[in-house]
Amino acid sequence: MSTIKLRAKESNGVVTVKALIKHPMETGQRKNKKTGDLIPAHYIQEVHSKANGKDVITIYWGPAVSKNPYLTFKYKGNKGDNVEISWVDNQGNRDTNTGKVK
Amino acid sequence: MKRRNFIKNSILFAGALAVAPSAILSNQAYAAWPKKSFDIKDLSDSVISVYGHNNLEESSKVKLKAPAIAENGAIVPINVSTTLDNVESIMIFVENNPQPLSSGYQLTSLAQPSIGTRLKMGKTSNVMAAVKSGDKIYTSTQEVKVTIGGCGG
Repeated sequence: MSTIKLRAKESNGVVTVKALIKHPMETGQRKNKKTGDLIPAHYIQEVHSKANGKDVITIYWGPAVSKNPYLTFKYKGNKGDNVEISWVDNQGNRDTNTGKVK
Repeated sequence: MKRRNFIKNSILFAGALAVAPSAILSNQAYAAWPKKSFDIKDLSDSVISVYGHNNLEESSKVKLKAPAIAENGAIVPINVSTTLDNVESIMIFVENNPQPLSSGYQLTSLAQPSIGTRLKMGKTSNVMAAVKSGDKIYTSTQEVKVTIGGCGG
């Protein structure tokens, strides 16, 4: 199972992409209530999206983005386009998912 | 005795120097991600580090959609869109967060200037959306009241 849930829909030549990513998005400022230790920062820094292999958007996120981040954006496209979304976090983890525009 | 201390200290110092370059290199692995801008704690410094200047122009063409009152500061939905042409990037700043720069969106010519996400807000604050179109930065600001902070622990 990918960490990225992706939905893309076309209307009047504009594709709306909606994505939900499963990620803790730890800021590095929260403390473990039992031990008082800081929970290390763990958040997505970069999200990249392509449509049919062409770059659409590059996103830089800081720790202020909510846990299990939600993202929506629009681009000029058509039904059947292959939309690809990928992310990299501050610990070097990454994931990619693709979906077809409906 | 003094001489021995001097040698000991200089070895320590040399050791510190040897470690430093590797720390710098590991940061460069994320060179594209603007770490410096995300670390800044003051809004106007943050704006300057992103754009190189602080010449912002309030514009009704920038539409910022955010709740007037956020019951849960951990999930504040923010949408930014604009009717401006040639939009290069959209940035969202939250003035009273520990680091005001929350996120940045770099658009290619394929993308439409309309984005949405959900942010954490520690307390009541102005949220500013900044849109770069051509050489100018257009902004729209709205206050979001937070009843329960989203950065606590």
